[in-house]
Amino acid sequence: MNNKERMELAQWASNFAIKKGATEAAISISRSRAVNIEIREQKLETIRESTENSLSLQIYRDNKYSGHSTNNLKKRQLEKFISEAVEATQYLSPDPDRTLPDPSLYPSDTSLDLGLVDPGHGQVTPEYRIETAMETEQLLRQSDMDILSTAAYFSDTASEGVRVHSNGFAGDWGSTFFRMSASLSVMDAGARPSGSFFAGQRFLNELPKPTEVAQNALEDTLKQLGQQKIASGRYTMILDNRIAGGLLWRLFQPMTARNIQQKNSFLDGMLGKSIASKHLTIIDDPLIKGGMASRLFDSEGIAARRRVMIENGVLNAWYIDNYYGRKLGMTPNGGSTSNIIMGYGNRNQKQILESQQRAIFVTAFNGGNANSTTGDFSFGISGQLIENGKVVKALNEMNISGNFKTLWNQLTETGNDPYPYSSMQSPTLVFSGVDFSGI
Amino acid sequence: MDRNFNRRDFLKTGGIAVAGTILMPSLLSGCMSGTQASSPLKYQLNDYLNHFGVTRKMIMDVLAEGLSRGGDYCDLYFQHNISNTVALEDNMVNRAFSNVSFGVGIRVISGEQTGYSYTEDITVSSMKSAAQTAANIANSNTRMKVLSLNEKTVPGYYKINTPWEEVSINDKIPFLQYMNDKVFSLSPAVEKVNVSFSDQTSYILFANSEGIIACDYQPMSTLSASCVAEKEGKREQNGYTSSGRQDVEFFSTSNLDRIAKEAVDSTLLLFDAVVPRAGEMPVVLAAGSSGILLHEAIGHGMEADFNRRGESIFSDKIGKKVAESFVSIVDDGTTPNNRGAINIDDEGNDVQKTYMVENGILTSYLHDRISSKHYGVEPTGNGRRESFRHMPLPRMRNTYMLDGPHEKEEIIESVKYGIYAESFTNGQVRIGPGDFTFYVKQGYLIENGKMTRPIKDVNIIGNGPRVLSDIEMVANDMEMSESGWTCGKGGQGVPASLGQPTVKVSKITVGGVNA
Repeated sequence: MNNKERMELAQWASNFAIKKGATEAAISISRSRAVNIEIREQKLETIRESTENSLSLQIYRDNKYSGHSTNNLKKRQLEKFISEAVEATQYLSPDPDRTLPDPSLYPSDTSLDLGLVDPGHGQVTPEYRIETAMETEQLLRQSDMDILSTAAYFSDTASEGVRVHSNGFAGDWGSTFFRMSASLSVMDAGARPSGSFFAGQRFLNELPKPTEVAQNALEDTLKQLGQQKIASGRYTMILDNRIAGGLLWRLFQPMTARNIQQKNSFLDGMLGKSIASKHLTIIDDPLIKGGMASRLFDSEGIAARRRVMIENGVLNAWYIDNYYGRKLGMTPNGGSTSNIIMGYGNRNQKQILESQQRAIFVTAFNGGNANSTTGDFSFGISGQLIENGKVVKALNEMNISGNFKTLWNQLTETGNDPYPYSSMQSPTLVFSGVDFSGI
Repeated sequence: MDRNFNRRDFLKTGGIAVAGTILMPSLLSGCMSGTQASSPLKYQLNDYLNHFGVTRKMIMDVLAEGLSRGGDYCDLYFQHNISNTVALEDNMVNRAFSNVSFGVGIRVISGEQTGYSYTEDITVSSMKSAAQTAANIANSNTRMKVLSLNEKTVPGYYKINTPWEEVSINDKIPFLQYMNDKVFSLSPAVEKVNVSFSDQTSYILFANSEGIIACDYQPMSTLSASCVAEKEGKREQNGYTSSGRQDVEFFSTSNLDRIAKEAVDSTLLLFDAVVPRAGEMPVVLAAGSSGILLHEAIGHGMEADFNRRGESIFSDKIGKKVAESFVSIVDDGTTPNNRGAINIDDEGNDVQKTYMVENGILTSYLHDRISSKHYGVEPTGNGRRESFRHMPLPRMRNTYMLDGPHEKEEIIESVKYGIYAESFTNGQVRIGPGDFTFYVKQGYLIENGKMTRPIKDVNIIGNGPRVLSDIEMVANDMEMSESGWTCGKGGQGVPASLGQPTVKVSKITVGGVNA
């Protein structure tokens, strides 16, 4: 089935739902095909091929709402599926805010090409995938560390789909994604640290070379040799750009309209006010050509647009979806994150680290959580102790704890080094006076 | 109002289950054999064959295709999964969701190498095509033959009386509404309430090239209530979840009242919470959900795939003393109705109660088919997968510690300054270094042998083998956690459960503030 045929099926499904009693309906149909390769000891350890189909529908019946999905796209089965979905919806409570988005929120032009598909994807051969991963794994094995195991992975995914709303929206999309990664596990005085590296890109020719993937995985492992914990205390924290997205993510959850409406956000009441130091600027831009999270419309069909979320520490906008936007009396602007661009500073990670007298360079999170209602957080970490600009110790088994209301005000610098392999292009971040617990 | 359900009530109230009968045997007209059982709970193997529209001959042909390039082993995992959720927010049951997925996964093993593919279209041609893809992992002239398929009957670790497909959405709605009203009634500080109820039913048909064919019916349900409370301008949110392989009898008044009270009490407690000191201190783990310690500190590290590759910190410790002699830790697929209970594992092996640690000695890894062959031991029934789209891996089921010789009271009295950890949201482990963490949502400070002020939102981080050897006391009050734990590994989530008696660890690093 191609997108044209999916569009016809989606239109039919939408009409069928209306015929069965729905007031409004939204239908998405998609297909995703993926191949995953894993190489160990220069042998193909795993090959996995998958093709996944999905049809999802949202039913609005007299302001009552339900959502359903199935992987069976045969019309005869769908008739029964849709009929039952429409029937079941009638038992729910009517909710005046349950409607499709106003058509004025839909994109006026859905033909714009954001460059999300690598046209060469279909030509990627099984041999190429295997050889690339083989080469990466071979490079790992050349390390002089006491190696226990090495693995390299290659995967690629091609997806496409359509979305149709009964009140006038119709759009389609396609995307490709390529991924390389490597991991190795080594013996280190009783411990068995393992390092890894992952890189993903929409275009095959933008992926790093096997040498770079292997080198990064080796460096990640080297950083972990001799890890120990040190005394609890307040330290300057340098957060590796590779993992900073993990912390930023915790800032986005309380920025959603749902969490504001449900009184579940420590940022409630802070719109237009300062929530962070002046070094924090966050721009959400879904329209970047070839961007990892680029899109013309979001999962509700709402036109994507660039949004300045936080500017020099001031909270400018919420992530507002259709339903909670209506509840709050706010115009929906898209309820989820896309590509995250930040305010970047003047120095790279190396320069930042070399300028520290005493600091902890956090290179990995290990569990932990945050409370979006109060802003409290506590995360396990590992990393390195930096003294006079030099690494003096590898650290693990420590926690950082505090509250986001103060932490983001302790941001003293951002690097000039956005991480390229994620939709969240965070630079290295520097925070002063963070509570670390160790011994 | 009597909230105790019986099956007759359901059948007379009518309505549909959102996704209930969808895609069931009507799909298969023309290939039925024998008589279809009246209830899915009475399905026999033939009913499962009919349900998926396949015959033994078709299965044997596809297995042969899977082995056509010289693989040692092939299995087929047919699954039809139906899930429904109905939820309440802002005093209204104003949303419902359903999902249906249907397909077969085909795996071929050659040595320790795996080829995997699946199809959502259960026809001979689609299955053969997927089998050819999986077959490509092998390259040998040897051809294994599948001579016949013999049914393996399974035990009943989750017998239920009413299948979820027979429970309609409008039967569930009053219970969510009741829960909402109950939560609000328990405290004037409650501002917002969320209640959700999910049920899931999985029909599974399994066959492999060793001649095993088996079927299983796996139910699951989860009820969650959470609330936001406001006091003196401060807000807190917390909740409670109860989950297991159970049916509607679970909707009893006493259960609903208990869950509502847990949700409110656990939220209100947070207003008085203080932050503990940062650093190492004694930690007392409450009976029940503290089993997350075992799941992270030892369970993952004992999964045999990590060990056969030498990656786990436990790789060289089998037969060695790792804890005091009163410490015994098991992973058990047979505990009735727990989330991790399974009648048969996802690669056709019997399920058992596996001792990982017995009287302080590290005893057995958790095996899948590949690792049990690697080590030359019997499979332990830990080969599990998220769905037909995934290949099995060694996974935990229900992990718990057996009772020890101490009393809870004496354990608490033995601590001068430390914490008592009671409820948890999540945990994680790094397999090689062995450092694991879990997040304490709520607990208490212990000061001079007494539980004093509540604490909240602190992460605990320790090293698996070190923490095991630092277990100083184990009480005799083992409890299983009823929370909806889902264990993630290699991009796959599987339901699991855990439990523990009250346990004292002499020191672990607790997140907190520095004076």
